[in-house]
Amino acid sequence: MVEHQTTSAQQPSKAAGSEFAIDLKKVSKAFGPVQANKNIDLAVKRNSIHGIVGENGAGKSTLMSILYGFYTADSGEIWVDGKLVKIKDSSHALELGIGMVHQHFMLVENFTVLENIILGAEGETLLASSMAKAREELGRLAKDYGLDVDPDALIEDLSVGQEQRVEILKALYRGADVLILDEPTGVLTPTEADQLFRILEQLREEGKTIILITHKLREIMAVTDTVSVMRRGEMVGTVATEDTSPEQLAEMMVGRRVLLRVDKTPAEPKDVVLEVNGLSVTDDIGVPRVKDVSFNVRAGEIVGIAGVAGNGQSELLRAISGMEAPLLGEVRINGELVRFDGDDSAAKVRQMGLAHVPEDRIKMGLVTDFEEWENSILGYHDSEAYGSGPFLSPKQSIAEAERRIEMFDIRPRNPRLKTANFSGGNQQKVVLAREMDRDLDVLIVGQPTRGVDIGAIEFIHKHIIELRDKGIAVLLVSVELDEIRALSDRVLVMFDGEIVTELTPDASERDFGLSMAGVDPKEGA
Amino acid sequence: MGATDIILLLDSSVRFAVPLMLAALAGLYSERSGIVDIGLEGKMLGGAFAAAATAAVTGSVWLGLAAAMGVSVVMSMIHALASINFRGNQIISGVALNFLAAGFTVFLGHAWFRRGGTTPNLRPDERFANIELPFAQEFGQVPIIGEIYEQLLSGHSIIVYFAFLMVPVTAFVLFRTRFGLRLRAVGENPKALDTAGISVAMLRYRALVVTGLLCGVAGAFLSTAQGANFSENMTSGRGFIALAALIFAKWRPWQAMWTCLLFGVLSASQIRLQGVEFPMIGEVPVQFIQALPYILTVVLLAGFIGRANPPKAIGQPYVKER
Repeated sequence: MVEHQTTSAQQPSKAAGSEFAIDLKKVSKAFGPVQANKNIDLAVKRNSIHGIVGENGAGKSTLMSILYGFYTADSGEIWVDGKLVKIKDSSHALELGIGMVHQHFMLVENFTVLENIILGAEGETLLASSMAKAREELGRLAKDYGLDVDPDALIEDLSVGQEQRVEILKALYRGADVLILDEPTGVLTPTEADQLFRILEQLREEGKTIILITHKLREIMAVTDTVSVMRRGEMVGTVATEDTSPEQLAEMMVGRRVLLRVDKTPAEPKDVVLEVNGLSVTDDIGVPRVKDVSFNVRAGEIVGIAGVAGNGQSELLRAISGMEAPLLGEVRINGELVRFDGDDSAAKVRQMGLAHVPEDRIKMGLVTDFEEWENSILGYHDSEAYGSGPFLSPKQSIAEAERRIEMFDIRPRNPRLKTANFSGGNQQKVVLAREMDRDLDVLIVGQPTRGVDIGAIEFIHKHIIELRDKGIAVLLVSVELDEIRALSDRVLVMFDGEIVTELTPDASERDFGLSMAGVDPKEGA
Repeated sequence: MGATDIILLLDSSVRFAVPLMLAALAGLYSERSGIVDIGLEGKMLGGAFAAAATAAVTGSVWLGLAAAMGVSVVMSMIHALASINFRGNQIISGVALNFLAAGFTVFLGHAWFRRGGTTPNLRPDERFANIELPFAQEFGQVPIIGEIYEQLLSGHSIIVYFAFLMVPVTAFVLFRTRFGLRLRAVGENPKALDTAGISVAMLRYRALVVTGLLCGVAGAFLSTAQGANFSENMTSGRGFIALAALIFAKWRPWQAMWTCLLFGVLSASQIRLQGVEFPMIGEVPVQFIQALPYILTVVLLAGFIGRANPPKAIGQPYVKER
């Protein structure tokens, strides 16, 4: 494997002590038989943004949890600021100036920003004076780092991007010099992500050290100084960002060459298969989420729906897949009207030739406590292929599951394994295999590669294109703009429940940016 | 019904409400920390027995109170051990404690006092005496205001005043102190505390100690202030009513007090309504009248509460996950 040495020039360190803010030496950690970290060496220069990339399960989060004192390492040394330390728990890590922004925010929803920030660092028994102190400190931090949040706002009223700022402020309020961010952009819109990067750069200016964990190579290239790559619990190498490329990093992550671009021929669209006319959908409390949306998808084309998460895409998917009756409008499959009466419209829609890969495979696509073969037939379990009459034939079903495991390269190759024990990418393949491996006319896919490894993404994309080439109409909904542009033949951009415009996948970044913010670039100046 | 009648009715309402208030506030600490406490009933019962038995044997009502608090805290710690350390089902643990208390109090009562499960009657000096506020007699001559002072405000045992004091104290602790902030946080999102370096288990233990103490006081009130001995199952569901009141109050102290007072009024009126001829209906069976407060509780809980947002992490054992 290629070993790279850090070569980038660094600003001279401000503080005395080591050149490195964090220096991990031969750190190992096992969970039972699983070796999550094997002899990891990681040196993070002071005053830099250091990226750590790796696929899911590569051990990035475990390593950072060790550094943050959430777990203790089985062996190895941790040096902070040139001093050998044993980090006992999170409060000890905080004392050492290490703060962490978790992937899932550790905020109390019905507390105010201020309450969340002082929680655990209140200082005194009574809140009044510590609140006042925190308010003042917060004003200073906001000014220094451009982190503006209303201290009296309730967390549940904030956007995800703002919640993340609160998390960063929490760490800074506790005096963090080293800030670990775990997959910080997973939940952010492209604009919010850019804002976050600006904040990170500002923090570096002010002398902080940032460790950024991500699996998105674009972000690594955009914002880091140095990047370390992990694979299967081991450190593959550390390189200066300016000396590397996404292709090289992807190769280091996966261990083989990966195609980051999707190969496809121009589409040959035929008859209209899926028709959506004047569809309006409201949510549980009657707020309109989809407003008068109309479009068609033809056989043999992929129509992508782009947009920032939460602009009605989920509700649109729910209505088309028959999970929820729309307020107004109609959906036709092969010209036949979908009837939204009764609770079984999702089943009826399937019989009409529509397959649905839901956005959230854990909540909607799978029963994770089931064995793989059970999930492999779920929703189609009444089919004669899996038994007769009221009886299920595990033998037939397992044989079928084994065939799909082979076809979709699902690992481990064991249909009797609990689905929860498969990785995200393999779980997604179980859902895709179930929905794709049948006689279908329309495939609707939501977030097909959310939380999926690079290797599996490549595979999933190839399969979607293959289906299109077989003459199936594909509707793709994704918040990953790159994915939409790579796969789709036409792109519809959704904003605030409406379709703003239709773009070609090779339209400019600017056009996509404008339309995702609700402005039709064709009309705009 | 004149003003005096109403004042007397309210006066007995207060007596009914006090054990409920104490138990509801006890439950508030536990449930705000994320631990369901269906065992309020059992802890009160255990406390009531311990208070009466200790007071009868030692002659000291204060030792009785201490014993009640001690027994109740021990029971609360068993619940804590099951819920926090062993991550058991909190409902089952609570129900088990209720059964334990129901059986054990009667069993020990038989074994120690041989009076069919009750404890000996306490002499007036072995009970909590009613406190006369200054000039109550003189003031009582003044219509309404004076009567309110004499009947309603004066002449209660110290536990009644303590219970009413605990309402603002709890509100203050909950919303104005570090402990309160952490208590509210741990019931909503224990991970937020864990990642901030605060021990979730320790915090919940502390909350359950407070729960135990307050349940003990509630029990002591029943057997050594309101009553003069312990009798089998003397809590008669008050722990559950208190839990219902707590939910109805959406886990907030002042609202819990008002809910308990409402239930107290219903219980007090219930006694007055027995045997009364109603127009059109005639005399209603006593059993129905007695059931009224409970029926109303069900109706209130089912119909009028609206959406109660319990602490989000309630009932879930906290596991540090990978």
